[in-house]
Amino acid sequence: MNSGPALVSILRQGDTLVASVHTALDDSQMVRFQEDLVRQIGEYRARGVIIDVAALDVIDSFASRTFRALAEMARLRGAVTVIVGIQPDVAMAMVRLGMGMGGVATALDLEEGLGYLSELTGMPNARSGRPHP
Amino acid sequence: MRMTDDRTEMLPGEGDLARDHLLPQLVAHLREHRAKLREQWASRIRDAHLLEAMTPQEMAAETTSVYDNYVEVLETGSVEALQHYARDLSERIIPRGVETHEVVGIVLLLRDVLARSLFEKYEGDFGLLNEVLDAYEPAANRIANTVAVSFVDEHERVIRQQQDAIKELSTPVLPVRERLLILPIIGVLDSERARQLTEQLLNGIRTHRAKVVVIDITGAPDVDQTVANHLVQTVDASRLMGASVIITGLSPTIAQTLVTIGVDLSKMNTIGDLQGGLEEAERLLGYRVTRTEVTDGS
Repeated sequence: MNSGPALVSILRQGDTLVASVHTALDDSQMVRFQEDLVRQIGEYRARGVIIDVAALDVIDSFASRTFRALAEMARLRGAVTVIVGIQPDVAMAMVRLGMGMGGVATALDLEEGLGYLSELTGMPNARSGRPHP
Repeated sequence: MRMTDDRTEMLPGEGDLARDHLLPQLVAHLREHRAKLREQWASRIRDAHLLEAMTPQEMAAETTSVYDNYVEVLETGSVEALQHYARDLSERIIPRGVETHEVVGIVLLLRDVLARSLFEKYEGDFGLLNEVLDAYEPAANRIANTVAVSFVDEHERVIRQQQDAIKELSTPVLPVRERLLILPIIGVLDSERARQLTEQLLNGIRTHRAKVVVIDITGAPDVDQTVANHLVQTVDASRLMGASVIITGLSPTIAQTLVTIGVDLSKMNTIGDLQGGLEEAERLLGYRVTRTEVTDGS
């Protein structure tokens, strides 16, 4: 049912997958994104996932639940998820509506997210090379 | 279309005639007895204990100018002149701490004093008195009304100006080191201020790429449920943007209040004072501060 072009580009950078969400996704596109990402984690043996939501000016409860679910699925597949680029207004709105990101790590932007992952996995620069768990 | 003559607003028919004919006469009367009427008015102001913030000299000057303007507006009936006069009066009088009821009070007193003098003048001819009052009352009421409205407007303008000033002053977000912000909260936090503070903090986090924020509430006298919840939200929102928050300066009273009212602060990182908070922040960011002088001689 989720055919057609994917709306979220998932890029591979060494052991990390970077998914930039460029536009507001409806519920079925969200599900498509989730399926794509979880599949690719296995395909590329990714250890880290960065979801960049800087372009979103709204994150609704379904989206935030999907992101949390995604992070949990990624963890089960062996990858750490960081959500980056939440805008100030979005952050405030999410908190006010009582929908945080649960235990999912967040960072200011892509650069910070990569830094966080490299610290966590002990990789010098989040590039290729086997991490030391 | 508006006629150039403001008198078209007055009663039609005979009223017009009466006004055209009587008002100049009335104004002449008020001008002629200026000194006496002004003195009567001033003494009634004193009796009513109005304008007590002013010295007698100030009051004499003020009442004279108000009186002259009043008569002039009565004569010309021009709305613009009236508004200008009322605005001018408010601007002069508000900085001296004069209250709204006083301004309205003195204008109404002047109206009454002048009306009394008209009664005296025309007491022999009841029909003429009626016509004079027909001409006088609407004009006098319009003056009182306009003065009151413009005084309140001026008051509100001053309040808005001050609120803007307070807003700008009240929430500084200060970068102390690279990626470290301090947000000192001073004074009472209401929900409007708390909202603004969060907004500024989140924007500050983005601009300065902050990783750690120290919120110091030493200067906040009290924290209630609403503000505490807002603090929790601020901490959560900052975390969503990748910055961790340290709260410092919780006074003994505030600590007791928070625990008593049952705000869940377990997720919050709190440290006793600002100094401790800064040290902890530096530790989180990997700074180590050392003195430049070598003290032990090694």
